[in-house]
Amino acid sequence: MLLGPALTVSAILFALGVAGVLLRRNAIVIFMCVELMLNAVNLTFIALAQQLGVAGHVFVFFVMAVAAAEAAVGLAIILAIYRHQETVNLQDIHLLKG
Amino acid sequence: MTGHPTDLLWLVPALPLAGFLVNGTLALTRPGAKAAVSVVGVGVLAAAFGVAAWIVAGMGHGEAAPEILRYWTWMPVGTLSVDVAFQLDQLSAVMLLVVTGVGALIHLFSVGYMRADAGYARYFAYLNLFVFFMLVLVLGANFPLLFVGWEGVGLCSYLLIGFWFGEKVNADAGKKAFIVNRIGDVGFLAAMLLMWRHLGALDFATVFERAPATLALGGTAVTAITLFLFQGCAGKSAQIPLYTWLPDAMQGPTPVSALIHAATMVTAGVYLVARTNVLFAMAPVSSAVVAGVGALTALFAATIALKQWDIKRVLAYSTVSQLGYMFLGVGTGAYAAGIFHLATHAFFKALLFLGSGSVIHAMHHALHAAHTHEDPQDMRNMGGLRRHLPWTFALMWIATLAIAGIPPFSGFFSKDEILAAAFARGHDAPLWYLFWGAGAVAALLTAFYMTRMMLYTFHGPNRTGERAEPHLHEAPWVMTGPLVVLGLLSLVGGVLNLPALVGGGQWLHHWLGPVTAGAAGFLPETHLEPGTELLLIGVAVGIALVGIGAAVRLLKPADLVPARLARPETGIGRLLWRKWYVDELYDTVIVRPLMWISRNLLWRFLDQGVVDGAGVNGAARLSRGLGWIGSRLQTGDVGLYVVVFVIGVVVVLRAVGS
Amino acid sequence: MTATVVLFWVFAGIALVSAALCISRRSPLASALWLVVTLFALSAVYVALDAQFIGILQVLVYAGAIMVLFLFVIMLLNLGRGGPSDLKGPAGLAIAALLGGALFVQLRALPGAGPPALIRLPEGTMAALQEQQGMVQTVARPLFSDYLIPFEITSILLLAAVVGAVVLAKRKL
Repeated sequence: MLLGPALTVSAILFALGVAGVLLRRNAIVIFMCVELMLNAVNLTFIALAQQLGVAGHVFVFFVMAVAAAEAAVGLAIILAIYRHQETVNLQDIHLLKG
Repeated sequence: MTGHPTDLLWLVPALPLAGFLVNGTLALTRPGAKAAVSVVGVGVLAAAFGVAAWIVAGMGHGEAAPEILRYWTWMPVGTLSVDVAFQLDQLSAVMLLVVTGVGALIHLFSVGYMRADAGYARYFAYLNLFVFFMLVLVLGANFPLLFVGWEGVGLCSYLLIGFWFGEKVNADAGKKAFIVNRIGDVGFLAAMLLMWRHLGALDFATVFERAPATLALGGTAVTAITLFLFQGCAGKSAQIPLYTWLPDAMQGPTPVSALIHAATMVTAGVYLVARTNVLFAMAPVSSAVVAGVGALTALFAATIALKQWDIKRVLAYSTVSQLGYMFLGVGTGAYAAGIFHLATHAFFKALLFLGSGSVIHAMHHALHAAHTHEDPQDMRNMGGLRRHLPWTFALMWIATLAIAGIPPFSGFFSKDEILAAAFARGHDAPLWYLFWGAGAVAALLTAFYMTRMMLYTFHGPNRTGERAEPHLHEAPWVMTGPLVVLGLLSLVGGVLNLPALVGGGQWLHHWLGPVTAGAAGFLPETHLEPGTELLLIGVAVGIALVGIGAAVRLLKPADLVPARLARPETGIGRLLWRKWYVDELYDTVIVRPLMWISRNLLWRFLDQGVVDGAGVNGAARLSRGLGWIGSRLQTGDVGLYVVVFVIGVVVVLRAVGS
Repeated sequence: MTATVVLFWVFAGIALVSAALCISRRSPLASALWLVVTLFALSAVYVALDAQFIGILQVLVYAGAIMVLFLFVIMLLNLGRGGPSDLKGPAGLAIAALLGGALFVQLRALPGAGPPALIRLPEGTMAALQEQQGMVQTVARPLFSDYLIPFEITSILLLAAVVGAVVLAKRKL
């Protein structure tokens, strides 16, 4: 019975995450918006788990584990870039310009 | 010799082909081996003539069915099967003997004429190849094989006309001959296609059997086929409007002019009409066209010959004119008469050309010795040569009397038979009286211009110059020998087909009977009263005598001056000398517009503009443009990448969701 | 209106508001902190949706570990306050709003009536399961039986992440 509203909230959160990625230039803030998107997806899984079984919960578990790993590595990369370029503003980092 | 004589029929064309291969190899490896080339070149022709004579002698009299020898299957395509097959019947037998016999004589003549030429081996190689193709042409049992020979002789004609290709005018003449022939050949191909479409076969036996049964008499199908065939004949046999290449072909060596452009290749068209007599008899319109064009060409070419100064040009136009007579003959339905004239013309025209070759040979030597650069072929530089070349003089007069139509020379009988047939046909179709009239006037002009040629060349005072004159001498026996043989044939060749009126048996006419039997059913019965026939003979002889007499009376060789001092022609004379400006007309109306279209429309616009510009370069530019777009997208700015990414996601969701 | 529903709506609202604030703050530190609020609110929403274990995990792992890591890096790079704003100009704002809106519309347009009847479990299965085995076992039992292989792989992934993070962040290799 809460499924519909839950999915709507999840959709809004996801859209907000995407808007944030498109809106910001700071690499860490963008990363945080990506985490927001992941959470929206988690909400979807949990909402549907009520009707589709415990697989939803298990999946959320995995998403969290992966998000943790990803956050660790991603932030390490940002640190490495900061040491090199003295900035985390994505607009100033365009080594791949072709 | 075991087996049937015709088992060896393949040997007749194979011998000249072998000669070509041997001489060709010698031309490439040891061009100086002139003795070997002479033996091979002339030997294969003599051997071929021997085999041919033996085979023809073995043919019975009045054997109705032609003998067809199949060698292998060439093109089995669907319902059509074209074989490499030779057909031996009376018509091909006549052609076989003429080609190999006159060919052998001309090969022998060439040994002397081309002795000093560096391309001796190449010359004989090409000449042998030509005879091979000509034999394939006359022996072929189906249209495609005939066409192979047709094209082959065209090729050899090109190679031999442009033999001295170092000079542009010779190469141009070769090209002109080939291209004009090609225009005719398109008609031949169209005729073959129509034949296959309507009759489903391309071999002579089947076509001539099915045509009367399947096609409507005088209908569009058979008329179209025959008219297209005649287009091919007009190209190959130099009739109006495709005759312009033949006078230019005189740029080649004189024996080539004798063999190819007098005796054999140009007669292929006449042979073709005689071969397909059934079809032409079924299409009265086409036959009338053939006869009409022949008569007109005979007259037209004769007018041009009146005012030519180059001895070979006179003979060239004379050939065109005489070919017109042959077509008049076969167009009227007198196929045997046409072939008769083909044979006698081969004799006396070859004699005339070889004789002129002898004259040119002598003039060349004399002018060379005197270190002058006059034209050895211009009659205005000749004169009084009978004192220096007596044999040539006598033999050429025999040929002149033959071509003028003086009895008892061969030309009289053949020409008279054609004109009589035309006159007889006029009884049913008055149009033929007009053709007879044109032929008669042409006969008058023929006698006139041939006598003119003889007068200017051999009679009167000599205009070659004091330094050159002592060097003029008769040709060696290797050149005068063939002249003697041809002279004999021109003298007595008439016995081939003596008319009944003088007690002859019309031997050739009856011998060719089985070949022309198919057509006989469609031709109107013509009959000439003996009285009318005698009158016509009288008229013909009279015309010839008047022509000769007028020339002797009106033309004064003593008034001529050497070519370098001569004044240009004026008035009518100029018109005739300039060949009625036909070449110039063709150039303006056909050649220049074609060149313009080729250069501007096809080359600049289509090839460079469309194909290169839009097509090839355009595709490259398009790729470059797309690549440029792609590279502009690679900014290295992650923000842009994300935007594109999200757009893609939205699109995919839209596609999935709907 | 049961307590669950009220719980849901309140905390969902908080989550939405704090998410919106998260993406629009000028200071990265503020963004991070608003994100923490969002995660807490979502944890409460999970509880309302009968996923109590996951809700606790969310607090422990996400808000507790991952966000700490974020804050740590922000402090390390001294991005706390000051410096020019990193929000894009009006053009960027327009694009972001447009695409975000388009995405939301698409997501809502997907069948919102729930999963088809065929794969739906009978009503109340989950609740029964949870009463029977307890919260943790409901998730743990499938994790170690049906989903054992993904579990092991995830552990390797974490190992790889640790090694990678250490190597990437070192000053000298």
